[in-house]
Amino acid sequence: MSIITNINKAFDHRIRLGIMSILMVNDYADFNRLKELLGATDGNLASHAKALEKENYIVVEKQFIGRKPNTKYSATPLGKAAFKKHIDALEKLLKQ
Amino acid sequence: MESKKYLEDISEIKDMMRKSSRFISLSGLSGVLAGIYALIGAWLAHRKLQEIIAVDYTDVFGSSSVKIETDYIYNLFLIAMGVILLAIATGILLSARKAKKVGDKMWDDSSKRLVINFFIPLFAGGVFSIALLQQDMYGLVAPATLIFYGLACLNASKYTLGDVRYLGISNIIIGLISTQFIGYGLYFWALGFGIFHIFYGALMYFKYDRV
Repeated sequence: MSIITNINKAFDHRIRLGIMSILMVNDYADFNRLKELLGATDGNLASHAKALEKENYIVVEKQFIGRKPNTKYSATPLGKAAFKKHIDALEKLLKQ
Repeated sequence: MESKKYLEDISEIKDMMRKSSRFISLSGLSGVLAGIYALIGAWLAHRKLQEIIAVDYTDVFGSSSVKIETDYIYNLFLIAMGVILLAIATGILLSARKAKKVGDKMWDDSSKRLVINFFIPLFAGGVFSIALLQQDMYGLVAPATLIFYGLACLNASKYTLGDVRYLGISNIIIGLISTQFIGYGLYFWALGFGIFHIFYGALMYFKYDRV
C-alpha cells in the first residue's frame, strides 16, 4: 500500500505528465514548444502549467523576444525529485 | 485496469522525453544515398588522378608538375564540395519527407540543436583542413576530414538517433589508422564516407524508416 502513496496526484494527467517529462530532459521549453509537442490547446496547456507552478514543480519566466512576449518554463529541483519519485512508483507498481 | 493506465503513463513519459530531446526523423535512406555519392566522387577523383599521372609521365622535363598538383587538388576540392552539397540536400529533403509522414515538424528546437552541434566540429575540421592545404600537408587532409567528421557525428548523436554515434566512432578509428598510410587517403575516404554511410544508413533505414 505504501507504494500507492508515492503516486503523485499532481502528475495524474496526460498534459501535466508530458510537461514534466519534457522539462526533465530539457533545461527549458517555451510555451509554443510545449504546445507543439503535447498537441494541447492554449487554454488547456496554460491551466495545467499553472497547476504545476502552484506546486512549485516548475517555474515560469516571462520575457520579450523583440516585441513578442515569450513564456519559458523550467523544472525546479523539487519538481524533478517529485517526478522521479512518481516514475519509480509507477515502475514498481507495474512490476507487481 | 489500473496497471494498464500506469503502463500508458510510462510509455508517454518515455515518448515525450525522446521526442523533445532528439530529432528522430533523420532519414536512414539519405545516409545510404550520401554513401553512394561519396563512392561516385571517389571514383571520379581516382580517374582524375590516373589522368594526371599519365600526363606527368609524358612530361619529361617535369616543369609543370607543380601546376598539375594544384590542378588536381582544385579538382578534388570541387568533387568533394559537390558530394557534400548533394548529400546535405538529400538529407534535408528525405528527413523532411519522413517528418511529414509521421506528423512531426522538420525545423524545431531538436533539429536546430542537432544541426548546431553537428556543424561545430565539422566547421573546425574544415578550417583545419584548409590550413593543412596551405601548409602543403596534403597527406593529412584525408585523416583530418575523417576524424573531424567522426567527431561531428559523435557530438550530433546525442541529439538524434543513437546509431549515428557508431558511424562517428568508426570514422574516427579509420581516420587515425589512415595517418599511417599517407597517400592512400582516397581509399580511406571511400571507406569512411562511402561504405560506412551505406552500412549505417541501411541499418537505420531498416530500424526506423519503414514504419
